[in-house]
Amino acid sequence: MTSIILLSFFGVLNLFIGFANSKKTLLPLALLFLAVVFGVNLFSWNDPQSYFNNMLTIDNYAVAFTGIMVLTTLLLVPFSKRYVDERDDNLAEFYSLLLFSLVGAVMMVSYENMLMLFVGIEILSIAMYVLAGSDKKSLRSNEAALKYFLMGAFFTGILLFGIVLIYGATGTFNITEIGAASAATDGVMSAMFLLGLLMVIIGISFKISAAPFHFWAPDVYEGAPTFFTAFMSTVVKTAGVAAFFKLMAAAFAASYATWFPTLVAITTLTLVVGNIGAVVQTSVKRMLAYSSISHAGYLLMALVAFNEHSDSSILFYSLAYSTATVAAFGILNMVKAQRGGEIYEAFNGLGKTNPLLAFVMTVSMCSLAGIPLTAGFFAKFFVFAAVLQDTNMVWLVIIAVILAAVGIYYYFRVVIAMYMHPSENLPRLEVSSFSTFMLIFIMVLTILLGIAPALLSDII
Amino acid sequence: MILTAIILFWPALAALVVLLMKGQAARTVAFGAALIEFVLALVALAGFNTASGSTQMALSFPWVESAGIGFTIGMDGISLLMVLLTTFLVPLIILSSFKHEYKNPNAFYALILFMQTGLIGVFVALDAFLFYFFWELALIPVYFIAAIWGGARRIPVTFKFFVYTIFGSLFMLAAFVYLYLQTPGNHSSEIFAFYNLNLSSESQSWIFWFLFIAFAIKMPVFPFHTWQPDTYTESPTQATMLLSGIMLKMGIYGVLRWLLPVVPLGVSQWAGLVLVLSIIGIVYASFIAIRQRDLKRLIAYSSIAHVGLIAAGIFTLNEQGLQGGVIQMLSHGINVVGLFFIIDIIFSRTNTREITSLGGITQTTPALSICFMILMLGSIALPLTNGFVGEFLLLSGVFQYNAWFGAAAGLTIILGAVYMLRMFQGVMFGPKSPATEVFADLTMNEKAVLIPLVIMVFWIGLFPNTFLSISEPAVGNLLNIIRR
Repeated sequence: MTSIILLSFFGVLNLFIGFANSKKTLLPLALLFLAVVFGVNLFSWNDPQSYFNNMLTIDNYAVAFTGIMVLTTLLLVPFSKRYVDERDDNLAEFYSLLLFSLVGAVMMVSYENMLMLFVGIEILSIAMYVLAGSDKKSLRSNEAALKYFLMGAFFTGILLFGIVLIYGATGTFNITEIGAASAATDGVMSAMFLLGLLMVIIGISFKISAAPFHFWAPDVYEGAPTFFTAFMSTVVKTAGVAAFFKLMAAAFAASYATWFPTLVAITTLTLVVGNIGAVVQTSVKRMLAYSSISHAGYLLMALVAFNEHSDSSILFYSLAYSTATVAAFGILNMVKAQRGGEIYEAFNGLGKTNPLLAFVMTVSMCSLAGIPLTAGFFAKFFVFAAVLQDTNMVWLVIIAVILAAVGIYYYFRVVIAMYMHPSENLPRLEVSSFSTFMLIFIMVLTILLGIAPALLSDII
Repeated sequence: MILTAIILFWPALAALVVLLMKGQAARTVAFGAALIEFVLALVALAGFNTASGSTQMALSFPWVESAGIGFTIGMDGISLLMVLLTTFLVPLIILSSFKHEYKNPNAFYALILFMQTGLIGVFVALDAFLFYFFWELALIPVYFIAAIWGGARRIPVTFKFFVYTIFGSLFMLAAFVYLYLQTPGNHSSEIFAFYNLNLSSESQSWIFWFLFIAFAIKMPVFPFHTWQPDTYTESPTQATMLLSGIMLKMGIYGVLRWLLPVVPLGVSQWAGLVLVLSIIGIVYASFIAIRQRDLKRLIAYSSIAHVGLIAAGIFTLNEQGLQGGVIQMLSHGINVVGLFFIIDIIFSRTNTREITSLGGITQTTPALSICFMILMLGSIALPLTNGFVGEFLLLSGVFQYNAWFGAAAGLTIILGAVYMLRMFQGVMFGPKSPATEVFADLTMNEKAVLIPLVIMVFWIGLFPNTFLSISEPAVGNLLNIIRR
């Protein structure tokens, strides 16, 4: 709860600091705010509390996911420096919107009531609609914002409709009570309840860009400024999947047999669309957009496994995926700004000009591809292990394994470009010391979790 | 015992040092480190009780404790022989590179040493996930060696190799996860827990394929071999040596340690098919080898034929077949590394690997001719050489399994003689060609690489018992587990 209050307060505070119009203080302040929130959040560990007549519950699940999302944002913020330096319009609002959208994300992992879920998603989304279009002079950015907003508003409507139908069927918004009400029906659900359930699934699937509700994602991710694309594909996705699992586990566990086939179909489709889509891309940014769809698929695999290992494997996967993605987008951001392109060829010779950047990028790509010695390997391992608890699901693991091999193809194209396509006389990229520190931190974290996954594998 | 861990991590530590060095000093340090590693392996051999077939020098501590995954390593006779092979070949491979000036030598040699840790890890790991971990760890350095220092078409070719092998090993991982979840209680991924599983023959049947695909791609067994000739041809010689001399053995070792004893019922269902595939591979690769004009490709295909015979031998599940497989792994590693090195010598002097544009080399090079001849005859499996011991045991194993299979597999000796002698004739005898007009004999450095290999050809050929006696109890133990 303190983290929500603090984030909102810091967001407003940031707006006021913006009046001072001193660019230099904004970035360190944002880092400081996030670090404070991260620290304060940890105090709620093992101290479950419920607030506002059971609207919100801060339990270990909420604390762990809040921690990951705040950490991801913290790692991401230094990469905004160049973006911020380049323009002189209202800068404070970027950081404020970022903090506000984090408030929404935190609500999405700690709600106890469907209305809070809705409010959380809206707080998160509205900030993101603005941020996606924040590059006002870029046509692509405007297009991205409009597309995201129109589609997003439409699917939020569907989600809300679903929530209302479920309220109609059960008479409550509280997810635990919904769970109890649906368990009492002995598996015979009313049509209203089922329709509501379906609409809720569709609404959240849109938010995490699961196929077939993913069509907005590649365009929006490509059009939005890289910094916000990174935020969308990490924090928003983590919040979405965590909210999804919480909802399914608390409210719809009894109707498991009903929604299971639907979600398995969505998962399989997401894996296929994400991985196959990424193969044919020529732009690294668009490849990462598709890759984020495919990772939504792996996260959903942990959800459909739906057993006691699901939450911890979602947690581990989110962290491994988010950190690697932040590094990838951060480096892409620098490459784009200084070499003027985001196609694979823009990475040529990076291994020579910036060995550290190239190495961090390689580690991140290996982690996303799930190669041992990196966090991504154990992330996939825990997900597959969770799914294999049910031996009837072996086929899903086989599909995922084949697609993971496909993933290696497109991730390693970046590595190949960096090390094996040396190009002549390319200048060294300038990297700020903040960014370097964050990149090294991400690399160490990725390798550490790849060697000693026990640090985090069973905390919730 | 701590010695196993030292052998395992010494190359990786040395690699870190080498990585920080500048210029050609890196290779001297790398060579020194690899020699020390060999000495360490000999110390392990000295302390090894060769009469026992069980695991020795074991070391175990928890890794992911809550999940029952441990860092468990140890060696039996088969592992020890593989570790000896690896530690024997790596210094020679490093020494063989001294005639080249590779750019970024520190990275090149560090990667070789990193790979050595991965290879040794595969041979000593007694935990499924640790095994998988090292299995991938061995792949990544050699991929970079091949893709950075390789030939003109290196990027697409090595990429295919990389994706192909990872594709296979992901299946292995899935099978390991499944097996792990079948273990009782809080689950364990230790190899002995896998041995004690009582799986239905149905599930053994599909686990067999999951594991077999991974190992078959690595070996490679027909029809999973398509990455191999291109990769061997395009890689720098040292990477080709690492791939063919040692990495290929990972696949065979994987079958011995993780496939046969874990899913014996699955093996008995499918062994016939695997034998047929292996024998098709032997004949098919031999015929293609006869038609090759590029020396490196020829040896690459001959390697497929030889590995086919090893695969056929170990899937017969009798003692001759398994023992022959183990000893042939050593022999093949020695012969193929020697042959690739000789090709490298010829290429570095003539700039060609085409048989038709070579010839008459014997006239000026007595030392090279003798070494080449011995290694070639070892590869053909002439009596008194190392190849004979292995192929004899393997063929007698296959013959016991099925006489017709034995006869078909026996073609390998005849066809091997055809393509090897044809190659030797074209390259070494006959009139001199423009390319071979001036051809110097072996330098000191080249002799230093070839002479140990030649000695080993005769050692294994004349006194095979030195090596067979090390692996015999372990093979017996393995057979007991398989037939439990």
